[in-house]
Amino acid sequence: MGFRFTQTAIDTPGARRELQDLGAGGYVSFEGWVRDQNDGQEVTRLEYEAFLELAVKEGERIVAEALRRFPLKHALCIHRVGSLGLGEMAVWVGVSSAHRGEAFDACRFIIDEVKHRLPIWKKEHYRSGNSGWVNCERCAAEPQHSHAEHHHRVASNPKEPV
Amino acid sequence: MSTWPIYGLILAGGASKRMQRDKAALVYQGKTQLERAFAVLDRYLSRVFVSVRADQTSDPTRAHLPMIVDSVEGEGPIVGIRSAFAAHPDVSWFVLACDLPYFSEALIYPLVRARDAEGFATSLATVYKSAHGGLPEPLCAIWEPSAAPVLAEYQAGGGHCPRKFLIRHGAHLVDLPDPRALDNVNTPEEYSQAVAALETLAPMQLKIQYYALMREQAGRSEETLETSATTPADLYTELSARYGFTLSREQLKVAVNSEFSDWSRKLAANDAVVFIPPVAGG
Repeated sequence: MGFRFTQTAIDTPGARRELQDLGAGGYVSFEGWVRDQNDGQEVTRLEYEAFLELAVKEGERIVAEALRRFPLKHALCIHRVGSLGLGEMAVWVGVSSAHRGEAFDACRFIIDEVKHRLPIWKKEHYRSGNSGWVNCERCAAEPQHSHAEHHHRVASNPKEPV
Repeated sequence: MSTWPIYGLILAGGASKRMQRDKAALVYQGKTQLERAFAVLDRYLSRVFVSVRADQTSDPTRAHLPMIVDSVEGEGPIVGIRSAFAAHPDVSWFVLACDLPYFSEALIYPLVRARDAEGFATSLATVYKSAHGGLPEPLCAIWEPSAAPVLAEYQAGGGHCPRKFLIRHGAHLVDLPDPRALDNVNTPEEYSQAVAALETLAPMQLKIQYYALMREQAGRSEETLETSATTPADLYTELSARYGFTLSREQLKVAVNSEFSDWSRKLAANDAVVFIPPVAGG
């Protein structure tokens, strides 16, 4: 029950077992996978990074909200961090409930809120050799900064000669 | 990007006539203005000197710091600047007057960045635009080696005012991040006001953690720094000037002590601040 991060592959049979309940008539899960392309670019791998302290708190709040809004038995979300290859699972959401309708709705609610609210970032690495932080680069205030030009040499460290 | 370094020069040879006391020795927050200015420049520039007259070399406020003694004739700040170029002709000089109690490290980056991007190639100096009238502020400015012969000529022609010099020859102007930051102190009344204002602005230590794009742009994942920023909004302005963050504040959220926060929240000493770029979980 709740929300947690993992650095290693998500154990889905174990996660599913945490939702089992004799009063549950069914269970719905969602798995988010690393796709091989995004926005026209060929993706080769992803790196997930999280502000763990706040993300765990916010993730637990989302699951608690789902339990209040829908008549569920159990709900759990597990998010992976670190470097992921194509096809690997980045996030898993599962809920169990007496009837299927609320299970589908609650599962959808949790994954949508997780995507919008948790301080988690993903960096895509492309076949072209470039990389970019999703949602951060294209809308940046200075579009002339390409992915390769983030480092400013100017006096960013004390005593670095300028 | 120029290849020559920037050295610091603190002008501490003035007569302090209206103050009737040595402005370099005025104490703010327990330190002399000269010590405060020296400490800020010394953190960021490879070498820093104090510009003094020949009769000041054993003065106790100055004697313990590296000095450049006036080596050219004349009066006013231009003498100190020319003497610095005489001592080290191949460097640029971050020139700073000794009567600017509100000067802080927040004023270093905007000037250095503008100078590196353009000023060093196009102008004799990169300077702040005065908040009072938009004129160049010559005494918190980076002067290029190309200015040295022109200054000599100007002085030979009877000129002594560095601001008039820059108006005549053109300077690369940079907006002042805080309109009050270069207010100077000339009278005992202004000194008391500055002491009182700095009490309320006493810098505090904050811990900043950086993630994702912010971490890459800052070149670090965390730091502890002294700042006089009082809100996350002010802090982001200060750090953007330093690191050139590409995201605008409107695109971010902010967390203080691991909880989402308002941008206008009043920060307290030792708060941990995280700027949150657009998220992409799932």
